[in-house]
Amino acid sequence: MKKILVPVKRVIDYAQKIRVDPSKGAEGVQLKNVKMSMNPFCEIAVEEAIQLKEKTKAEVVAISVGPKQCTETIRTALAMGADRGIHVETKPDVRGDYINLQPWAIASLLKGIVEREDGVDLILLGKQSIDSDCGQTGPLLAGLLNAPQATFAAKIEAGDDGSFTVERETDAGTETIKLNSSVKPAVITCDLRLNTPRYPTMPNIMKAKKKKVETISLEDMVKELGLDLDEVLTPKNEVVEVYEPPPRKEGELVGSIDELLGKLKEKGLVA
Amino acid sequence: MVREAARHWANEELRPLAREMDNEGKTRPEIIQGLFDHGFMGMEIPEEYGGSGMNFTSACLVVEELSRVDPSVSILVDIHNTLTNNAVRFWGSDELKQKWLPRLASDAVSSFALSEAGSGTDAFAMKTTATESPDGSYYTLNGEKLWISNSREAGVFLVFANANPSLKHKGITAFMVDANTEGVHVGKPEKKLGLRASSTCPVVFDNVKVDAVDILGQVGLGYKYCINILNEGRIGIASQQIGIAKGCFDVAMPYLNERSQFNTKLADFQGMEHQYAQVATEIHAAELMTYNTCRMKENGIPFVKEASMAKLYSSQVAEKAASKCIEWLGGVGFTQDLLAEKFYRDCKVGSIYEGTSNIQLQTIAKRIKEEYR
Repeated sequence: MKKILVPVKRVIDYAQKIRVDPSKGAEGVQLKNVKMSMNPFCEIAVEEAIQLKEKTKAEVVAISVGPKQCTETIRTALAMGADRGIHVETKPDVRGDYINLQPWAIASLLKGIVEREDGVDLILLGKQSIDSDCGQTGPLLAGLLNAPQATFAAKIEAGDDGSFTVERETDAGTETIKLNSSVKPAVITCDLRLNTPRYPTMPNIMKAKKKKVETISLEDMVKELGLDLDEVLTPKNEVVEVYEPPPRKEGELVGSIDELLGKLKEKGLVA
Repeated sequence: MVREAARHWANEELRPLAREMDNEGKTRPEIIQGLFDHGFMGMEIPEEYGGSGMNFTSACLVVEELSRVDPSVSILVDIHNTLTNNAVRFWGSDELKQKWLPRLASDAVSSFALSEAGSGTDAFAMKTTATESPDGSYYTLNGEKLWISNSREAGVFLVFANANPSLKHKGITAFMVDANTEGVHVGKPEKKLGLRASSTCPVVFDNVKVDAVDILGQVGLGYKYCINILNEGRIGIASQQIGIAKGCFDVAMPYLNERSQFNTKLADFQGMEHQYAQVATEIHAAELMTYNTCRMKENGIPFVKEASMAKLYSSQVAEKAASKCIEWLGGVGFTQDLLAEKFYRDCKVGSIYEGTSNIQLQTIAKRIKEEYR
């Protein structure tokens, strides 16, 4: 295997409490002064790419689309072991959490970057991002590239013949599929159980500083790829409303199983 | 990024074990291994020797982040990096560096063996001797060091011994002594108020033969190396103390935001607001003092006064923060259910080791006097 691409998204850190400002309508989710980190599923994708690199010596390229702080996200991938990065830099007010940039735009950009890179064997993505939770970028990219794809990977085996055998987690159980080795690249999205991402170690953080990150503005990348900037920046879906979920109502304490059954029957939850 | 990585490791791997290690009075081997694996032990050692080639400030940030979770482990990292590793880097011959830096970066924990029963602050009154062999190829060390941190885990001791007592302190020489050398005996660890997982033991050197190549720098200059390295090392201690102060806040503030009395969150009582605002401000002052001293050191600006101020002040702030946090937490702060009481015990030695607060005050006073003369 020669080259693995891993798109990584900068999102609100998973441990942060999300605050919604009702006066801001669709843009209500507060991003100011909020800790941002690499999307956890993207971390899993990076880890998998590094593990594959350790077996096959492939080059791992981390890609991020977003404001200038995305270089930090890319650096984290580099500190985990990725070889170089590409940062498609957007203006600071462009939001990636479904407000401005949506999966179609990202997938379109990634398709162009895949072709620009040439010789890409695999694109590993997180199954979804924890802000918009769409889970669409991977499948859209596969569609645009006409690529073999496997989503929700819990295990990936790279065959010597260039094929990928993937165990997928579905609601009905685990499914094992083999991605045809004759079609390149393949697209795989990563689920929680695939691996446990490594912490960047001190030596690797230092090494990451010397690795190359290409920064190119969204406008320039779009031009280079022959896409239409308006097309890319106009969301296909409009966010109508954003609100915090209603607070959980207090439960009721019951004294016995009979009472519990009675209450359940009352609420029509049990026949 | 360095800070993030250290914080992440500390929270995931160290935090679950901090209380147990304190109870057991021992640092777990897997934690030591984790420190080496993640590069926390060879931070400033150049890459060619297997280290990370980081700068001093980054090393201090790591010490701070580790201290925020367990100061017993951070002191091991601090002494190893800011005292031993740096002393070897600054004054070691190429041969000594080749021999020891790779080990210091990968598997050998180090101890700084200076103090004795009769010589703490008056370090140069040490009685441990180093007798040169007739052909000069080795020295024989005899003496007993006391209060030596990391000694149980150490693979190597940086030992200060007098090779020529008639020259008084100008005979003091620094030696790298492999812990496995015949005649090196690590005694029982002290039972301490705090930093209980950090081993603090007497170390006896009974006719210990040390090769002349293991002399750090030059015979008789050990006293200079000692003063100089401790001047920097105390910035590391300041970082530890700041970490402790912040660690206390990490325990107290979520509690204050959760707990209500009289239908009001504790954090919302104005009296409480004033108190934690004050302490937070002092922590911020201490951290800025420390970061600025790091900056001065890295830029070749004389920093001895500032380093003393940073250590003095940070240890005071840590003690105050720890004490206040327990008060704010109320009854539960007084129990072992929370780490607050551990921070309170751990911080106390901050005003004692690596130069007592009284010594820091004297150092600062001396510099100020000179400035105005």
